[in-house]
Amino acid sequence: MKQIADDVAVRDKKTLGFWIYLMTDCVLFAALFATFAVLHTSTFGGPTGAKLFDLPFVLIETMILLTSSFTIGLAVLGSARGFKKQTLIWLVITFALGAAFLTLELTEFSHLVADGNGWDRSAFLSSFFTLVGTHGLHIAIGLLWLIVMIIRLWRFNFKQSDLNRLALFGLFWHFLDIVWIFIFSIVYLIGGMS
Amino acid sequence: MKINVEQRDSSTRYISYVVGFILSIVATVLAYLIVVNHVWPMATLVYVILAIAVIQLVTQAVFFLHIGRGSRWKLVTFAFAILIVLIIVIGTLWIMNNLNYNMTRMTPDQMLLYMKQNEGI
Repeated sequence: MKQIADDVAVRDKKTLGFWIYLMTDCVLFAALFATFAVLHTSTFGGPTGAKLFDLPFVLIETMILLTSSFTIGLAVLGSARGFKKQTLIWLVITFALGAAFLTLELTEFSHLVADGNGWDRSAFLSSFFTLVGTHGLHIAIGLLWLIVMIIRLWRFNFKQSDLNRLALFGLFWHFLDIVWIFIFSIVYLIGGMS
Repeated sequence: MKINVEQRDSSTRYISYVVGFILSIVATVLAYLIVVNHVWPMATLVYVILAIAVIQLVTQAVFFLHIGRGSRWKLVTFAFAILIVLIIVIGTLWIMNNLNYNMTRMTPDQMLLYMKQNEGI
């Protein structure tokens, strides 16, 4: 019984530690958002957000990421109840949605760069690529983490330590979705008006 | 101790995620439609969009991240992070707008001259 209580205490500490990492990540994104907010009108004679952003395309990206945030929640719930097959299916779906999101984002980037509107075009585009690219990097790392976790869960038959990691991954993924909502609102919707 | 945790896990119900998901989709589509159809002038739109984003933040924090349940420290660190974020963003905008306002009528050469003569830079 003491062993179990210790395990729970350690797990709660790890969860809090990971949570504090997420909060410091918030501060990183806040700095990038502030940079974008200051620079979004500094186009140096180049195109503005209104000319560059394809809002229906970004809405699809948003819906995909939002759905993946929902499916990771279902996976974590399923794992807490011991539904192994269901958890794995939801994890694979989450991975597919995350990969689709990243593909769409990279497509958008490559179109911008191909048209001569890369990060070197203006201060506005530098801040845009830094902010959205940092979020994309987080998603890419999250996808790697997800692959490792799917393999470990499947291979080691849902060990308790892997289940704890899955819960942490759930927090990470929800957090990225919240950051994206602000990117969608501030960068694309508000930045797309100027 | 273990019993508590089990209870907490099973009390997190599917319905919480479904409600959060539906509310988030409604908010996203609403914000999108408001912007695309230019419902209000731009100055108003900015605040409406920001308000919808904050509503989504609260929705997801409650239904997905379950802030306020379980650990108290989670809530405290979350509130602190929001404080820091607001200081960084509002402070940056304030300072940079102020600089812009003071220097906007000068050309780069005038600015250099001004800084040399008046600021000792």
